[in-house]
Amino acid sequence: MTRLFISRDSTALSLGAEQVVKAIQQQTAAQGQSVDIVRNGSRGLFWLEPLVEVETAAGRVAYGPVNSADVASLLEAGLLEGKSHPLYLGNIEELPYFKNQNRLTFARVGLTDPVSIDDYLAHDGYRGLQNALKLQGAEIVKQVTDSGLRGRGGAAFPTGIKWNTVLNAPADQKYIVCNADEGDSGTFSDRMIMEGDPLVLIEGMTIAGLAVGATQGYIYLRIEYPHAKQALNQAIAAAYARGYLGENILGSGKTFHLEVRSGAGAYICGEETSLLESLEGKRGLVRFKPPLPAIVGLFGKPTIVNNVISLASVPVILDKGGEFYRDYGMGRSRGTLPLQLAGNIKYPGLFEVAFGITLREILYDYGGGSASGRPIRAVQVGGPLGAYVHEGQFDTPLDYEAFAAIQAVLGHGGIVVHDDTVNMAEMARYAMEFCVEESCGKCTPCRIGSTRGVEVIDRIVAGTDKDQNTVLLRDLCNTMTFGSLCAMGGMTPFPVLSALNHFPEDFGLPKGKA
Amino acid sequence: MQDYQNQRSTVLQILDEHQSMPGSLLPILHAIQDTLGYIPPAAVADIASALHLSKAEVHGVITFYHYFRETPPGKHTIRICRAESCQSMNSKGLEKHAKAKLNIDYHETTADGQFSLEPVYCMGNCACSPSIAIDDEVYGRVTPEKFDQLLACKGAE
Ligand SMILES: Cc1cc2nc3c(=O)[nH]c(=O)nc-3n(C[C@H](O)[C@H](O)[C@H](O)COP(=O)(O)O)c2cc1C
Ligand code: SF4
Repeated sequence: MTRLFISRDSTALSLGAEQVVKAIQQQTAAQGQSVDIVRNGSRGLFWLEPLVEVETAAGRVAYGPVNSADVASLLEAGLLEGKSHPLYLGNIEELPYFKNQNRLTFARVGLTDPVSIDDYLAHDGYRGLQNALKLQGAEIVKQVTDSGLRGRGGAAFPTGIKWNTVLNAPADQKYIVCNADEGDSGTFSDRMIMEGDPLVLIEGMTIAGLAVGATQGYIYLRIEYPHAKQALNQAIAAAYARGYLGENILGSGKTFHLEVRSGAGAYICGEETSLLESLEGKRGLVRFKPPLPAIVGLFGKPTIVNNVISLASVPVILDKGGEFYRDYGMGRSRGTLPLQLAGNIKYPGLFEVAFGITLREILYDYGGGSASGRPIRAVQVGGPLGAYVHEGQFDTPLDYEAFAAIQAVLGHGGIVVHDDTVNMAEMARYAMEFCVEESCGKCTPCRIGSTRGVEVIDRIVAGTDKDQNTVLLRDLCNTMTFGSLCAMGGMTPFPVLSALNHFPEDFGLPKGKA
Repeated sequence: MQDYQNQRSTVLQILDEHQSMPGSLLPILHAIQDTLGYIPPAAVADIASALHLSKAEVHGVITFYHYFRETPPGKHTIRICRAESCQSMNSKGLEKHAKAKLNIDYHETTADGQFSLEPVYCMGNCACSPSIAIDDEVYGRVTPEKFDQLLACKGAE
């Protein structure tokens, strides 16, 4: 039977992948042919989705973007034998966009059946766990520390150090919490892992549990990701059924239980202490730190809170060793970052590369410039709390420290591109508006300051006491930066001030004088 | 609005099923909204007493989260993404079109009860902006024309 691969990824579905599956099933059945359609993750080349891959004697052959209306002509041309057609792409892994990547964390995404343990095992899955089962907790933590992995959720805190704190915190119960709230616009790497290779996240969390002696894990998943929830629950059930989760994992005597919990549409619940409050069934009010969640976390117990990508990078580290991972990257940014290229860009998608690549290479070599064909004017890196970066800064390498040096952040690796029709005063206003909408309300500079921020920007744009109000806006941003408990209020000034500083003309202010 | 007496047995059953779950309030609220479409204000007292919380605490949680609603939704809920990536691909134009076409604003339901309109901040579909969701289905690269087609499809269901 011919094997076909058509993605179950949300973005592929949003472009009609399900209709393509149905059309192929109906038309092949009508011709008396039988096909086995594997619902894989996406390869991440979204301008080619829905992508159809067929397994042939000569390897996998891809076609895309396929519309359900193309199916008849594809079948006629010999899709099932990998024959030629206008939508023929050949081996997707040979396209430069794919070939030039360093796919460590995303190695299996798009390749395998996401919820098949056998497929996972056949592609190096659970080798990290097998190694971890032979090690002491402290030895596992050492591998993670040696890898140089820093948290991919935004703050870039060294993962090994966090784990070590939890390891050394004595308690009768500890928890592993996966932050799958992925609220930043322009990001979808967590989603793609959870839909495309959920077992790698499950394996990473299990290893974390072994490392620090935690027996219960929770994945806090945003409600906007129903397909990820389905894939995770299928994969968790499969892992339980085969003894990779539960009591006595693979006969080791070790226990790890895992459960998915849904968020409810609050951006602030991505902040780790707000997330813990939410998991406990409360409003997502940010907690004061210290105590750190590593010491007093979920239900008052020592807790690892890590981003999906951080945890999903652990299996390859335990499989190939911390040094293998550390050998990628530059400076203090080790390993790889799955970049998500979105917005007004010709070739949007996800590609995983070692740190060090420049923004210009990302935008033009991978991205192919804007989707509209107009000049790229501003790029927001690192989500709604990230700075807007302008053309003059495009040669900055992908590196946490290099971005900090230009008052920008990498965050979770999302890049949103705007062409020259963007109005940056509107984007600055939106940043304040978003803070009004999503503030947890605990501190005044964030809760009230953001409302005032919207008003002040409106006044500047309307031309009312421009100079005075510009001073006021800067002053307000300063108060928010230094008077907020968390980065929601503390970093909203990043997009606002970068817009004001780099694009004063959009605020009706003279260039170079804002 | 439906009579809570008809919904109460559902709520009590959900409360019963979650008795031994740690941190069960959000899962309970989700289960109620999944089943009834919203969280009836009259259910708050039952939830509070089952979890040994005050009614104010339960109400506080319901109102903190954008996703929970206390009024019945239309037959279909349309969510339009307002976040940056979609803005870069003219979601504001789409937003304006949708509001005019449906003749409602955000957080409202059409007079015929067919559609509710809600804003959403990112659905992770940023590679194919602008995006909307209708119920559980996400649609990418949505133009005003495509919006009208989707509306016609759903309206005919
Ligand atoms: C407003 C706000 C939103 C955040 N949202 C997320 C999120 O959606 N996902 C995430 O992993 N981290 C998010 N973070 C960062 C978390 O607080 C925390 O640093 C992270 O989960 C730790 O995991 P890591 O070390 O693996 O990155 C957010 C932080 C703030 C202040
Ligand atoms: S900065 Fe804003 S979101 Fe963060 S704790 Fe203060 S009020 Fe809450």
